[in-house]
Amino acid sequence: MVLTWIIFGAIAILAVTSAVAMILVRSALYAVLALVGNFIAVAMLYLLLGAPFISLAQITVYAGAIMILFLFVVMMLGTQKMEFDEPLLGQRIVGGVLILAFLVGIIYFIVTQFGGQPYLPLRSQSLGGPVEVGTVLINQYYLPIFILGFLLLVATIGAVVLTRYKSPKAGLTHGQYDILTEPMEKREEE
Amino acid sequence: MLITINIPPITYFLGISALMFLVGFIGVTLRKNTIVIFMSIELMFNAANLVFVTFASYYNQVNGQLFVLFVMAVAAADAAVGLALVVSIYRSRKSIDIDHVSEMKG
Repeated sequence: MVLTWIIFGAIAILAVTSAVAMILVRSALYAVLALVGNFIAVAMLYLLLGAPFISLAQITVYAGAIMILFLFVVMMLGTQKMEFDEPLLGQRIVGGVLILAFLVGIIYFIVTQFGGQPYLPLRSQSLGGPVEVGTVLINQYYLPIFILGFLLLVATIGAVVLTRYKSPKAGLTHGQYDILTEPMEKREEE
Repeated sequence: MLITINIPPITYFLGISALMFLVGFIGVTLRKNTIVIFMSIELMFNAANLVFVTFASYYNQVNGQLFVLFVMAVAAADAAVGLALVVSIYRSRKSIDIDHVSEMKG
């Protein structure tokens, strides 16, 4: 019991500190690495909650695939330093007010919902192995899986179209591409 | 055969999730780097997933874990299209500062 609490505390501290480090760090590269640490910590929490399949899917999909995508973009765009001019200064004030409102909402919810019964007991039973998850997935959720596959196909095509540099010889007309891909200065010269 | 171990109560997991969501919200509202904003959105997805898995474990249902799978797939599609947009914006104005993309503010 004590060992479980120690493990839980270490994972919780790792999750929260890596999340805070992700938004505090200046360089985008270190932010990506901190987010990978956060994903791994959350995967360990899933393991503690008795969901081993979701935990490993989290590590392979999130910390593996999506974060590699982010790393590629950081590598392409360079870890450029942001200059300190702020054309939209009022946004920070509005953002601070929104954050305060959200914080008050969370605290109010916690106090009112869990104030009376702070300890809902939880018992890890390892119900989320690949066999159970796969059975329910195929039996009940086959249509969402089809829709999800179609969504991924559309997203892939969209990403390819958005990042293509030159317009093809035939196909889409010129104007549709100029807005998205042509550099700004060239448009202003014309 | 079920192996049961005693783990901390549900409130602690929800607290971690709320903290992570708050940090992601702060990142979305206060940072100016577009890539960091996208990563904060992923962090908020992750906090929501943690709530799903926590309640799936609490009610002994697998359905919550399946929703985590769906959210993961949607987040992958979201990251692909979003990062393509970031690359496209960078090509057209040589900056990924979100404040420089303010032509539609009215």
